[in-house]
Amino acid sequence: MSDILRPLIVGAGPAGIRAAQTLVGAGIRPIVVDEAPSGGGQIYRQRIVPDERSPQDLYGSEAAKATALHETFAQIRDRIDYLPETLVWNVRDKAADVATGNRTRRIDFSHLILATGATDRVLPFHGWTTPGVFTLGGSQIALKSQGCAIGEQVVFLGSGPLLYLVAWQYVKAGAGVAAVLDTAPFSAKFHLLRGLLAQPAVVLRGFRYAAELMARGVPVHFGVQPVRIEGKARVEGIVWRERGKERRLACDAVGYGFALRSETQLGDLAGCRFIFDARDRAWRPECDMAGRTSVPGIYIAGDGAGIAGADAAELAGERVGLILLEDAGFSVDRTRISVLERRLAAIHRFRDVLEAAFPFPDPWAGSIADDVTLCRCEEISVGHVRAAVRDQGVFELNRLKALTRVGMGRCQGRMCGSAAAEVLATACNQSLDSVGRLRAQPPIKPLPLEIAADGEAA
Amino acid sequence: MALLKRLARQKLPPIAFTLNGQACSGRAGDTVLTALLTQVDCLRLSDFSHEPRAGFCQMGACQDCWILTAEGKRIRACNTVLEPGMNLRTIAEPRS
Repeated sequence: MSDILRPLIVGAGPAGIRAAQTLVGAGIRPIVVDEAPSGGGQIYRQRIVPDERSPQDLYGSEAAKATALHETFAQIRDRIDYLPETLVWNVRDKAADVATGNRTRRIDFSHLILATGATDRVLPFHGWTTPGVFTLGGSQIALKSQGCAIGEQVVFLGSGPLLYLVAWQYVKAGAGVAAVLDTAPFSAKFHLLRGLLAQPAVVLRGFRYAAELMARGVPVHFGVQPVRIEGKARVEGIVWRERGKERRLACDAVGYGFALRSETQLGDLAGCRFIFDARDRAWRPECDMAGRTSVPGIYIAGDGAGIAGADAAELAGERVGLILLEDAGFSVDRTRISVLERRLAAIHRFRDVLEAAFPFPDPWAGSIADDVTLCRCEEISVGHVRAAVRDQGVFELNRLKALTRVGMGRCQGRMCGSAAAEVLATACNQSLDSVGRLRAQPPIKPLPLEIAADGEAA
Repeated sequence: MALLKRLARQKLPPIAFTLNGQACSGRAGDTVLTALLTQVDCLRLSDFSHEPRAGFCQMGACQDCWILTAEGKRIRACNTVLEPGMNLRTIAEPRS
């Protein structure tokens, strides 16, 4: 077995597809497991069946990249073992447990590339569980994959480049956008001027989105602090604070998010060492420039290794493929690796600019009210967490989970984990890194009770 | 009342299914979430406070959009593709 490479790639987004392509190029046949019915990841998500829309309609300025990635995946399709609609729910020693429908089985691998991407980082506020409130990523999926707007008068709220991109995509598709509410002050956007030299195309595209939104009469507010969603059965309006005054706007849907958070559960189960990423305000698997984690044979690429975006994910996917090959004794094109690393380094420098232009809404955790629901699965309030700190001396996230059930529900802390860490750290007056991170538990997502196991061979 | 508004894909073939026993129609390529939220505005009640929920992340991460089939099987609406003849139940009486 030792001379046969059997790499397993988790995720068929930009990183996973480029990694698979690189391995296929060396004559290796990787296994690619992905939860979606077709490749592309969330950013370049494909429709389930074709419709009247062109790639330009779907992906806008990124249409060429999306199309190229989809074509690559189609071209390597018969040289990989591709398992769509399949969840990797556990990783143990050189084996992964994967579930397709009601069947689960074990897949042995020689190497593992985690290309698990990211989900929206959401911060709770009053009414965030109301029907009609979706994440920014969810709002984008509704439009791209399903051809639906989340409402007829949509407010987009939060911080991060996705805020303007999704709002612009909605306007372009003919949806009603009632307002864009940016939690950062307008002055933060001047940081983007620094980015003009590093990544001019990206910055100019962002300016174009904002300019076109304003040209079409979409009000854009800066320095916004969300107060509450109005409506009980569904969204009827949103109230926010701006320059000391409360303002209200009628709307029937809200898409919101505050940048992204890496999906890291499988790295945790695989035993990877974690480090705290101050820029992402989160713990993530430690990896070197090439994507090697602390566990030999386990690699990581794309947003799951820290948020850097789709372009970086494609580059990192190719690089991790080359590095895996090199580690396995193949001779690889070192010049190409240098090119990839130079481009990645430029994107990572630019990330600091983006972070300054779209900052985390500090001091969010101190200002949020006690009666706001923090954990939407278990319905635990912010005040509950503060009480656990005050009355039981909790100062660590897993202890908090045990005592309050925050992060113990079906989503396993994907939605509340970031916010819970922020609230806990602020409440016990500790740094964010010191409260730790929620430990991953298999299965990382709920499995049907009637699931049946195939034999252990795969 | 619908939560989601269709802007495209209107001319794709209709897919018949039932929701709480009533005949409904979605479009080819719909997820169950889309097929339901273009008809109603609630998928389930939350476990403890029994407040209405209608999905959140639409990418299989938040687990907010669990519903039932008539056979009592739980499915995650956002990453289940709508199939002809599905018999679906929201975990709340629809208010629309």
